[in-house]
Amino acid sequence: MVRLGFGDRFMMIMIYIFLAFLAFVTFYPFWNALVVSFNSGADTSLGGVTFWPRDFTLENYEIVFQDKRLLNGFGISVARTIVGTITSILVTSVFAYGMTKRELMGRKYYMIMCIVTMYFGGGLIPSFMLIRGLGLMDSFWVFIIPGLVSVWNMIIFRTFFAGLPNGLEESAKIDGAGNWGIFFKIILPLSGPVIATLSLFTAISHWNEWFLPSIYINKEDLLPIQTILRQILNSNIMSEQMSNLDSASQAALSRMQSVTTKSLSMATMIVATVPIIMVYPFVQKHFVKGVLVGSLKE
Amino acid sequence: MAQISVEQKAVPKRKRDNGFLRFFKQWDIQLMVLPALALIFVFSYIPMYGILMAFQDFNIFKGMGGSPFVGMKHFQMFFESPEFMNVMRNTIVISLLKFAIGFPAPILLALMLNEVRHMFFKRLVQTVSYLPHFLSWVIVSGFVVSLLSTDNGSVNILMEKMNLIKEPINFLSLPEYFWGILVTTGVWKEIGFSSIVYLAAVAGVDPHMYEAADMDGASKFRQIFTITLPSIMPVVIIFMILAIGNLLTAGFEDILLLAKNPVLRGVSDVIDTYVYRIGIENSRFSYATAVGLFKAVISVMLLTIANVIARRSGNSLW
Repeated sequence: MVRLGFGDRFMMIMIYIFLAFLAFVTFYPFWNALVVSFNSGADTSLGGVTFWPRDFTLENYEIVFQDKRLLNGFGISVARTIVGTITSILVTSVFAYGMTKRELMGRKYYMIMCIVTMYFGGGLIPSFMLIRGLGLMDSFWVFIIPGLVSVWNMIIFRTFFAGLPNGLEESAKIDGAGNWGIFFKIILPLSGPVIATLSLFTAISHWNEWFLPSIYINKEDLLPIQTILRQILNSNIMSEQMSNLDSASQAALSRMQSVTTKSLSMATMIVATVPIIMVYPFVQKHFVKGVLVGSLKE
Repeated sequence: MAQISVEQKAVPKRKRDNGFLRFFKQWDIQLMVLPALALIFVFSYIPMYGILMAFQDFNIFKGMGGSPFVGMKHFQMFFESPEFMNVMRNTIVISLLKFAIGFPAPILLALMLNEVRHMFFKRLVQTVSYLPHFLSWVIVSGFVVSLLSTDNGSVNILMEKMNLIKEPINFLSLPEYFWGILVTTGVWKEIGFSSIVYLAAVAGVDPHMYEAADMDGASKFRQIFTITLPSIMPVVIIFMILAIGNLLTAGFEDILLLAKNPVLRGVSDVIDTYVYRIGIENSRFSYATAVGLFKAVISVMLLTIANVIARRSGNSLW
């Protein structure tokens, strides 16, 4: 190891200070939201609640978990995430495997057809008209069907499949297995890492989606939690927010005078974030690889 | 039976290469791709056909077949509308700001992380800084609103304690702060995640080069500029091309969620949010489609130009 000169030591100190600052600034909003969500709302509004709850309470969460609308939204989000991820990964991986076949007729044209969509699209309004024309408005399937095929994921899958050793396929073919059999019995079981990565990414984008439901869904009981959360955050006035709650939680709310808009919003935000935090360790294990496979294509 | 077998024999060998026959013979792999392609056709290509609306006076009851064509009327209307200059200015300024700050930031972070020798600290910074990428904009905007609120938001408290301000500032309803908040939030959310690719590129640099530089007595600081940066340049250029193609995408979800206050419209309206407001909220479908198409065409042009320039320098996307 070469001894660092004065300038380099100064640089290293600055780097450590800056990185520590960055980590703090990134972490603080989460921590503060968590603290406020566990603090009595009335106490929070007196100010000064930053790093630690001063008046610890579970009231905010009690309200959240009594609100049927929020629970229902949570359920919708879970359902669309699970159904959407499984179906999308299945359809996209089968598609990608077909596209690895050299003998596939029209392969070149199929590929061009896919690539074009990555650079040019119809845009918001024509897509909106299409969804309406297909009768997908106010239907659970609007969460699932338009996202079934992801060109981006297809390309990543294809790159991965193409890197698998050829011999396995050949020997299975000699044993009389068809292409579909080979895919499900040999290719898929070998694709654990890439399936994990892409599933996690797909699941997270399903969980986080809030905009399209806000234009495609009018039925209250089909709204996912992120869209409901947006409505709650939008209604800054407490009374407005209370009218969004159902009667049971309104009654509970009137018993707990100390709950405020802010404390309630924070508790809801934490509830909507927890699933992400829970899968994050797995995501982190896999996504670096996923991002790199993705950029390989470029 | 006999006749059939005779006919089969009569087919010359070359005929079996006939397109249709070959297609049906590989029905199993065609069946793997055709359903997916059908979905792509429906959800990506039919909307492209829907772009024709931009040249019509689209009427919901008449449909696209029955609505009259009006040529470039809606484009002209957009160019002459009072919002045009404002929307274009915001789009360009916001995306240039995001590019100028958001593009180099992750590169800088990767360079810094690369110098860190304490693995635990490095891992900690990475873990924390990647996390915001995985949160929805709804949650992130919730954080921002909470931190900046006049009702004991942490930023106001801190600034008051440091005697920078006397009264809490309502940051999210003052136009002069909006661009800064928007760009900062974007960098906050994506800096860690975007740094991953650059970190990988940095890790790929041949360590012998650093050893040689050490021998020559070059400082670490110097090595960053003479070895690391030039080595990752190809990756940087590829991402720069992509960023240039997105230059008219100033943001959508973030602006929609952070600019809730209509007071901000003068600084927050960009092409995408304008299309949304006019098209979905005011149901002026043809006009909004025309504005959207205007943006899409310019974006493709920008991407092509950027790629041509990059190809001259030997780093092309295609």
